[in-house]
Amino acid sequence: MVTKEDTIATPVVLGGVRGGPARVATLRKDRWWVQPVTTVTVLTAFVAYATWAAFINKDYYVGAASHRDLISPFYSPCLTGSCVPGSHPGSVLSWWTISPALLILIFPLGFRLTCYYYRKAYYRSFWWAPPACAVADAHNSYTGESRFPLIMQNVHRYFFFAGLVLNTILTIDAVMAFRQPGHGIGISVGTVVLSVNAILLWLYSLSCHACRHLCGGGLKVFSNHPIRHRIWKLLTPLNAKHMAFAWMSLVFVALTDLYVRLVASGTIHDAGFHF
Amino acid sequence: MEEPTTDPHAEETAPSEETAEATNVVAGVPGSVPAPSTEDVTMVIWRGDEHGGEFATYHLPAQEGEVVLDVVHRVQATHAPDLACRWNCKAGKCGSCSAEINGKPSLMCMTRMDSLPPGEPVTIAPMKTFPVIRDLVTDVSYNYEVAKRIPPFEPRPKTADEEAAGGYRMAQIDVERSQEFRKCIECFLCQDVCHVIRDHEENKTAFAGPRFFARSAELEMHPLDVNDRRELLREQQGLGKCNITKCCTEVCPEHIKITDNAIIPLKERVVDASYDPIAWLGRKILNRSKRTAREAAASAPSKGPAAIQPSEPVSGVPVAGGD
Ligand code: SF4
Ligand code: SF4
Ligand code: FES
Ligand code: FES
Repeated sequence: MVTKEDTIATPVVLGGVRGGPARVATLRKDRWWVQPVTTVTVLTAFVAYATWAAFINKDYYVGAASHRDLISPFYSPCLTGSCVPGSHPGSVLSWWTISPALLILIFPLGFRLTCYYYRKAYYRSFWWAPPACAVADAHNSYTGESRFPLIMQNVHRYFFFAGLVLNTILTIDAVMAFRQPGHGIGISVGTVVLSVNAILLWLYSLSCHACRHLCGGGLKVFSNHPIRHRIWKLLTPLNAKHMAFAWMSLVFVALTDLYVRLVASGTIHDAGFHF
Repeated sequence: MEEPTTDPHAEETAPSEETAEATNVVAGVPGSVPAPSTEDVTMVIWRGDEHGGEFATYHLPAQEGEVVLDVVHRVQATHAPDLACRWNCKAGKCGSCSAEINGKPSLMCMTRMDSLPPGEPVTIAPMKTFPVIRDLVTDVSYNYEVAKRIPPFEPRPKTADEEAAGGYRMAQIDVERSQEFRKCIECFLCQDVCHVIRDHEENKTAFAGPRFFARSAELEMHPLDVNDRRELLREQQGLGKCNITKCCTEVCPEHIKITDNAIIPLKERVVDASYDPIAWLGRKILNRSKRTAREAAASAPSKGPAAIQPSEPVSGVPVAGGD
């Protein structure tokens, strides 16, 4: 039972001696720095590769000349006048003369930058707020995501919607890749790579926290919305693996670009067969 | 719970090298004293009170199957009868024995000695986020003050059917989601590890902390509750200060997925209430309103901030004594 005394407001006064050593960032003796170092390494490598791949503006499409229809996920949908023939449905934005990838990559970039998982990853490893649990935060003052600019993280759900559009396009690309112009329908390493890439991107998007909320998590009374409850139930176990999907899809999308690039530049041959 | 009771003459009774029973009590940096034999355990325990303190080292013979709390009790029995620590159940259920073992916020009664690196000294410090009362005992009043400011369960009125049936009726699928949060044992390890207040004392004036986000999530997800705490969470309870770095989830001894299942769902609800233009338009069209922070807090037992600045403002973590 709560007594009146229990509920009288007696705010605590800040300050007071703390236990543990002074001037030591942490008493942890385990290798807590492995995680932030790994995150910085992989994310930096990805950003470096993606920037290079986005600016180079060539070798992103394998077309009819090689009996293939493979497009790099970094350049799809290829919407600008500069797109190589066959890679796009018609030059929609003819005034755009720099790399078409730059137009596309804004969306996945925004999606991943505002993703709840990546936020954790880069706040810890790049911003050191905190670098690891019970390791001192590297900043003197801290307001988190309550002010500009970080308050903008709240737009995440709109990037999620944009992500769905891109996933749909990449899925179409993967399906279209099974057409081997001049040969008919066939399967090649490239079709498998594009398909796996599309599946991983769907798993990443569907396990998104905003998705889980919008599909049903935001409801107060599930029993009034049985279908949304079913969807929420299906998404919840996926959501628990969001971190894994985030890394898998990130690495694989770069590998997919690399594969298409190697085939398009003639470095390797896309092995496959047709019916 | 606190044993032994707080001693006003802590300095006089604190163990020193003259204490006959203390075998090799050395104050100083943790880990500086090697164990004499691998058969022994070396405990480096912070001793002190509101005036400051330092680490003291104790060597004890190792015993099979012990948890850290057992060893602390043996230190009390053989070396330092005045060593203060809280404990109650020794089963991970009362939430009193929280401390920082080798720098990690953990329950002393649930940390097995054999889970720690063998042959190395074991460091035990009190929770850093709360002021020390004595040795391993901290003053966790801040948490109780926050608790008073959480608006309680506010059920909708019963329907005619429910009146006739003699009480509310709820579906299992509606209640099971918030059950997870009821496992909380209020050990406050999550509050301790949360860098928002651990490293930035001043944030305590406007931050409820993970344990209380879990409490609010439980109520917001309750099928009968009609309060709307979103603006309260955003404006006064500092939900936006949390940067979802998940340390609360990492240390929770009840394995409550605080960040994924409570904080992020609350953040998404706050987006609905305050940051999503389409949700705003939807509210206008459907003529739905949301509660202001004041309205939401009206039923809370206490108002105002849970913590206040002293005349000399405090920021960061007050420097620990000793060292
Ligand atoms: S996830 Fe948020 S509430 Fe939990 S410890 Fe991190 S900052 Fe604090
Ligand atoms: S949520 Fe977990 S860590 Fe936090 S007080 Fe409850 S049991 Fe302890
Ligand atoms: S994509 Fe990671 S939370 Fe939405
Ligand atoms: S003594 Fe009860 S939780 Fe450890």
